[in-house]
Amino acid sequence: MAKEYETVIGLEVHVELATKTKIFCGCSTSFGGRPNTHTCPVCTGMPGSLPVLNKKVLEYAVSVGLATNCNITRYCKFDRKNYFYPDNPQNYQISQLYLPICRDGYVEIETAGGSRKVGIHEIHMEEDAGKLIHDEWEDCTLVDYNRSGVPLIEIVSQPDMRSAEEVIAYLEKLRLIIQYLGASDCKLQEGSMRVDVNLSVREVGAEQFGTRTEMKNLNSFRAIARAIQGERERQIGLLEEGKAVVQETRRWDDAKETSYAMRSKEDAQDYRYFPDPDLTPVGISEEYLEELRARQPEFRTEKMARYKSEYELPDYDIEIITGSKHMADLFEATVALGSQPKKVSNWLMGETLRLLKEEELDSEDIRFSPENLGKLIALTESKAINSTVAKEVFEVMFREDVDPERYVEEKGLKTVTDESALRGTVEEVIASNPQSVEDYKNGKEKAIGFLVGQTMKAMKGKADPAGVNRLLKELLG
Amino acid sequence: MEKEHLLSLSATALGAAIKAGKTTAVEAMEAVFGRIGEREDINHCYITVDKDAALEKAAKIQKRIEAGELTGPLAGVPVAVKDNLCTEGMLTTCASRILENFVPTYSAEAVINLEKAGAVLIGKTNMDEFAMGSTTETSYYGATRNPHAPEHVPGGSSGGSAAAVASGECFFALGSDTGGSIRQPASYCGIVGMKPTYGTVSRYGLVAYGSSLDQIGPLAKTVEDCAAVLEAIASHDEKDSTSVRREDTDFTSGLINDVKGMRIGIPGDYFGEGLDPEVREAVLQAAELLKAQGAVVEEFDLSLVEYAIPTYYTIAAAEASSNLERFDGIKYGYRAEDAEGLHQMYKKTRSGGFGPEVKRRIMLGSFVLSSGYYDAYYLKALKVKAMMKKAFDRAFEKYDLILGPVAPTTAPKLGESLSDPMKMYLGDIYTISANLAGLPGISVPCGRDGKGLPIGLQLMGDCFQEKKLIRAAYTFEQSRGEGEK
Repeated sequence: MAKEYETVIGLEVHVELATKTKIFCGCSTSFGGRPNTHTCPVCTGMPGSLPVLNKKVLEYAVSVGLATNCNITRYCKFDRKNYFYPDNPQNYQISQLYLPICRDGYVEIETAGGSRKVGIHEIHMEEDAGKLIHDEWEDCTLVDYNRSGVPLIEIVSQPDMRSAEEVIAYLEKLRLIIQYLGASDCKLQEGSMRVDVNLSVREVGAEQFGTRTEMKNLNSFRAIARAIQGERERQIGLLEEGKAVVQETRRWDDAKETSYAMRSKEDAQDYRYFPDPDLTPVGISEEYLEELRARQPEFRTEKMARYKSEYELPDYDIEIITGSKHMADLFEATVALGSQPKKVSNWLMGETLRLLKEEELDSEDIRFSPENLGKLIALTESKAINSTVAKEVFEVMFREDVDPERYVEEKGLKTVTDESALRGTVEEVIASNPQSVEDYKNGKEKAIGFLVGQTMKAMKGKADPAGVNRLLKELLG
Repeated sequence: MEKEHLLSLSATALGAAIKAGKTTAVEAMEAVFGRIGEREDINHCYITVDKDAALEKAAKIQKRIEAGELTGPLAGVPVAVKDNLCTEGMLTTCASRILENFVPTYSAEAVINLEKAGAVLIGKTNMDEFAMGSTTETSYYGATRNPHAPEHVPGGSSGGSAAAVASGECFFALGSDTGGSIRQPASYCGIVGMKPTYGTVSRYGLVAYGSSLDQIGPLAKTVEDCAAVLEAIASHDEKDSTSVRREDTDFTSGLINDVKGMRIGIPGDYFGEGLDPEVREAVLQAAELLKAQGAVVEEFDLSLVEYAIPTYYTIAAAEASSNLERFDGIKYGYRAEDAEGLHQMYKKTRSGGFGPEVKRRIMLGSFVLSSGYYDAYYLKALKVKAMMKKAFDRAFEKYDLILGPVAPTTAPKLGESLSDPMKMYLGDIYTISANLAGLPGISVPCGRDGKGLPIGLQLMGDCFQEKKLIRAAYTFEQSRGEGEK
């Protein structure tokens, strides 16, 4: 009988924090500057420079720890991780090994199998490295330190997950918590959330864990799911052949759906960690914790309940809207400006999701403002534009965040409410479509639809179809 | 003003003379360069001097003094700065080949503070490479000689600064002290050197050796000069997390010629084996002198002194091994040519860029931090360090100050120490405790040995008690008389 295997998975998740400045200096963290323009003596490792902790980094790290039920370390320290690589200007990375800021937490995840807890071993703060760029033309390597010193937290889970589904549920949960805190946008593709998967397999019922491997270069949830499947099969294959799994770091190639070994445990470096003498230990007071606890935002579960009672939205809408902090903020801000909740939700559920899918974008990428969405809803509510025009305007607003009022005005898209102008067009349409008029009078109700369409066409869409319908019926007696 | 007389002035006396219009900043700078011209070939105090820039700066400062904009005691006074302190636009080598072409784009906070006080930079002084050594012989740019006896070392690692002050090649200097690197060369060169409480002077811009032990301090002709310079350079700096916010940095207010009732402890463990009898005699006589001035002097047992050296060399080397990793040939400084690939480039650059003493400490430090040895060495050293601090805390419950020698001997001859590193390390025994405990310490001349080499008296105080140190050192200096210097 074939053996049955269980997959055991733990994750190391790096999250780039959304601070304006770097973790140990005042340089900007903004993305995309010219190489080495967001740098100073500190983040380029110049002699004599010294690090000073950015308090906002601590605040975000503690907030994430509180939201994931961690114990906050009251006396925490930074340690140096020593290794030579040119993207690391000091040749040591300032991180935390001995006294990380958060320990022993958990998050609850929901899967088809029900809800369960995934333990968090620790969360620590550290600095990001620079970026090496190989110049093929000159055959040399250049280094850009703009990213050097950008703050990261690393969230290390317990080996508590057993399937890709649980992994994705855990990551979704973490991502939402961090997004709700405003601590990061957590985009896998852009690298503001990076996931390393530690995986081993063992026979069902076995007490000992198997030998694990660490998988890197996972840039999407899909890649993570595929890599888990691939690595599980690879390890089971080895065991079935009587071979041993080697403890090593592997790199996932999502295009080829395969992985290859980067380095084994034998090559593991001795990082010679020791407390960084340039940084004083961080003491965390009860008052500080209280302040951060009080400032914790409404997380998804609470939000979902409130949306049901306060806005009376359908469960489906609530699920989608609260699934993105950005969308939830947009929704609430638009409602706060006076729009009816269900109308706002309809625009989000309908056109917004359609266009996001079409453009292969994420909810976090929505660019239009609540003010403009509110204005568009007001325009349709007042029947200043009809629904077809509204969809057109929305599409422009979705892409360029235009002011719908001004856009409608400039493009002359307002519904013609001038009764006499409309009446003239309707009379022309009746006159030039005798067959349809005949059909209608013979009881073919549908024929009026064609006449409405013709009128709308003649009015270049700028009429209220219900009004046209009413006028046609009146004129056709 | 007559040149020899001008050069004999202390820094604060010169500052007063400039303010009184008896001389000018330019005249003082020209006198310094005259002296450099006469003595530098033998002494080799400097790695870099920039005469044109110095004279130009002196002229500008002179105008500001005359305009009444600069009124401090150091305005217009020429200063030399140790070459491990970054100076914007001026070569900063740490006496190492690996920084042979490094010109910082920023100045150390202490240097900026001196500039604000109106002191004028002459140049950068020689030192042991990366401040690792006690003789200024490990410099890539050649050894400095002791102005009192050219066949002897000036001490180290701030040997260039100490020799420049002693020979009149500057009026005062900045040094750094990780294990005695200000106090010991001050002692060997017959001048005053002071290491303040850890955190008093910002370390920003000081190229780190042992970050938890490094402090910048003055080397000067008199206690008064030391107090004035320390007052100028001490500041709370937000760029240095270990910088302390102090309200009591008016150090010159400690210049009081009176030690009546002051309790001074002499650790018996500082007078045991290895201490040169002439040094012992001079230091005990200094204690007698303070007693005669009304101080209460008694012997006590400090304990743990025998652990100071292994503890110090474990911690300092560990921190140094990491601090010096950034010197890799990638971003600045020396890079080995003809290397194939990254790893060979690292190896060739660091093998060729660092001298043997630096390599020895990097290897020692890497070893004590390595996996499996960390607990046994580094962590244990930190525990001993904490115990030593407690021993000092107990001592300072009973005493205002602790008195002892600075070094076991007077300045050795050139070449004697390099052949025996262990002997050189043991020479730090009386100074490193102050660094391990973060305490302030001062070295004041207290006589000479049979060969005419200066002997230094060390006073140590509790953290933030620099004024007591200054008071006792000043009283000693005033009652000692010139003959004892």
